[in-house]
Amino acid sequence: MKGETAEMLAAASSGTPEAAPGQARPFIRIEGVTKRFGTFTAVSSVTLDIRKGEIFALLGGSGCGKTTLLRMLAGFETPTEGRIFIDGQDMTGVPAYERPVHMMFQSYALFPHMTVEKNIAYGLKHEKMTEAQRKDRVREMLDLVQLTQFSHRKPHQISGGQRQRVALARALARQPKLLLLDEPLAALDKKLREHTQFELMDIQHKTGTTFIVVTHDQEEAMILSNRIAVMDKGEVRQVGSPTEIYEYPNSKFVAGFIGSITFFDGKVASVSGDQAMVDVPDLGTTVTARAIAGIAPGQPITLALRPEKIAISRTRPDGVNAFEGTVDDLGYFGKDSLYKVKLASGKVLSVLSVNARRAGENERVADWEDRVWLGFDPGAAILLAQ
Amino acid sequence: MTEVSGNGAQPASDPGHHGAFARWFNRRGWADLTIATPYVWLVIFFLVPFLIVVAMSVATRTPTSPPFSFGGEHPLINTATYDRLFSDSLYIRAFLTSIRNAAFATLLCLLIGYPMALGLTRVSKSWRNILLMLVILPFWTSFLLRVYAWMGLMGNNSWFNKLLTAGYNMMMPEEWAIRSIQMMNTNFAVVLVTVYSYLPFMILPLYANLEKLDLTLNEAAEDLGSRPFRVFLDVTLPLSVPGIIAGGLLVFIPASGELIIPGLVGNPSQPMIGRVIQDEFASARDWPMASAVAVGLLLLLVVPMMLYSHFEAKAHEKRAMEP
Repeated sequence: MKGETAEMLAAASSGTPEAAPGQARPFIRIEGVTKRFGTFTAVSSVTLDIRKGEIFALLGGSGCGKTTLLRMLAGFETPTEGRIFIDGQDMTGVPAYERPVHMMFQSYALFPHMTVEKNIAYGLKHEKMTEAQRKDRVREMLDLVQLTQFSHRKPHQISGGQRQRVALARALARQPKLLLLDEPLAALDKKLREHTQFELMDIQHKTGTTFIVVTHDQEEAMILSNRIAVMDKGEVRQVGSPTEIYEYPNSKFVAGFIGSITFFDGKVASVSGDQAMVDVPDLGTTVTARAIAGIAPGQPITLALRPEKIAISRTRPDGVNAFEGTVDDLGYFGKDSLYKVKLASGKVLSVLSVNARRAGENERVADWEDRVWLGFDPGAAILLAQ
Repeated sequence: MTEVSGNGAQPASDPGHHGAFARWFNRRGWADLTIATPYVWLVIFFLVPFLIVVAMSVATRTPTSPPFSFGGEHPLINTATYDRLFSDSLYIRAFLTSIRNAAFATLLCLLIGYPMALGLTRVSKSWRNILLMLVILPFWTSFLLRVYAWMGLMGNNSWFNKLLTAGYNMMMPEEWAIRSIQMMNTNFAVVLVTVYSYLPFMILPLYANLEKLDLTLNEAAEDLGSRPFRVFLDVTLPLSVPGIIAGGLLVFIPASGELIIPGLVGNPSQPMIGRVIQDEFASARDWPMASAVAVGLLLLLVVPMMLYSHFEAKAHEKRAMEP
């Protein structure tokens, strides 16, 4: 575990992880793509390499340009600048109907006047295949998404989850080189969503198709994808595996976008090896954290702490980083509890503590207004250059 | 708050005469009234007059005023008018002319109106409003005036006719040369002016239908490999069938009963059914015959419509029943 994280850190600090040696050549290459609508820049010089057979997520809030980028891949929008290559082929000037790319729309866009079967068969009429082959393929797709007994229904006669699967089967029927999924789970309720997530991954494994998923939901991106590109205001802010993005964010934006986190302003006191001492006035102490490349004593820096990385106790913890606070608010979720701890400086820090031990009745680690000790491992804190 | 409870208490304290009505009205009075209004309207302004016309059609023609009677020396239900309606070729030919002219006009309205309606849905919002206004603009001039304008254009000595004639003579060999193109008093003129007059009735329902269509469906079809025209055939066209039917009925029904257009620009020796009804009522003073023709026209228009909606409902039911 330790070795693995160190390796990731090395990859993250050495810049673009996809440039690392020994990896497959990019299957999809997005090269300096910019899209302007009038004076508004929706996508700003994005360069991305996507590998064959991976699930790649474009993650960002609304208006970050992720959907515009997806539509440029599908061929519905033309890049103002830059080029897109799919399997080595330049897609500039190739209309949507000639691209080896299919899309699963957020609204599914199933043809309401056609049965499930006809919807799935729709793209196949452009394929050179016999009627029997076509039927076989449709049957195969129906099988894949487990909708065989619904083949003669119209889209309005099936449930939302089934519609989603028809949309997936329709998009996969022509065996595209690349499948684009626009917010694939957004229209499903929570329970169905969890089930569908795994089903999607399963189908991706079975077919080996490269998936690009657009989503605003960080959990969806983390669970589904091999790699994530976090986008903001038309730019890619960070590309990496879910672990890299979560544990080694490269900016305050990425750190704040994924999961919850508390930021502290600090100043580097000293650096020794891979350890840095940081003065954090809001914590009222100097803490030790894992150093990042290119920091020097005296430099202002941001220390970021995720709630689950902080330990809460009634007595002073043994580790190097310890400070005191008062429980301002707490939420008991059964499996874990969330504490809002007010520090001496007035700053409130969120702490998530797993309830590993079965507590007695009316017994808690800490209660409202209790004085508590907080601590964290040097490796658990994230340092971000300002 | 106090007012509400006061109102509520009143019918409860007085369960006698108007308590039941008040309770019914509070519960669903407005809903029932809203639903009832169009029915009341239809009964007063359609069903009752139609029944009067049906009654008149089985009366006997008399030289009295009004010129028909029931009973006395005449049979109460006289089917003689209907016998004539189905045997006299005048009426059958008039029906056929009406249906043919109206069908041509409807088809042309569809061919011209569909691209226009589709175009309206694909332009920017500001342009859309201007263009929609232009579609409705002709209604701001009198209908009669517009028909007269066409009469002026189509007449044998009009500049328009001369222009077309010159164009024809230029393109055709000399021995086929003509002095003028006979446009007035033809079925062609009837269809032309009907298309011109009724085009908005085709465009507006089509536009309302096409405007609601989800454009992501077009994108989905394109994404799956269909070229734009294929997308139109596979997605837009089938989904706009309700609009085509609505527009078609709105043009076909009034066009087949049209009186003014065939009266002014049509062929007098091939009267349309509206003209026949008018002649029977006013000139021949044969009210029962006029009524019988009117009933015949209504049945001709309504029966296919009812059959269509019957089969549509049945097909829908069947689709819903499928496993």
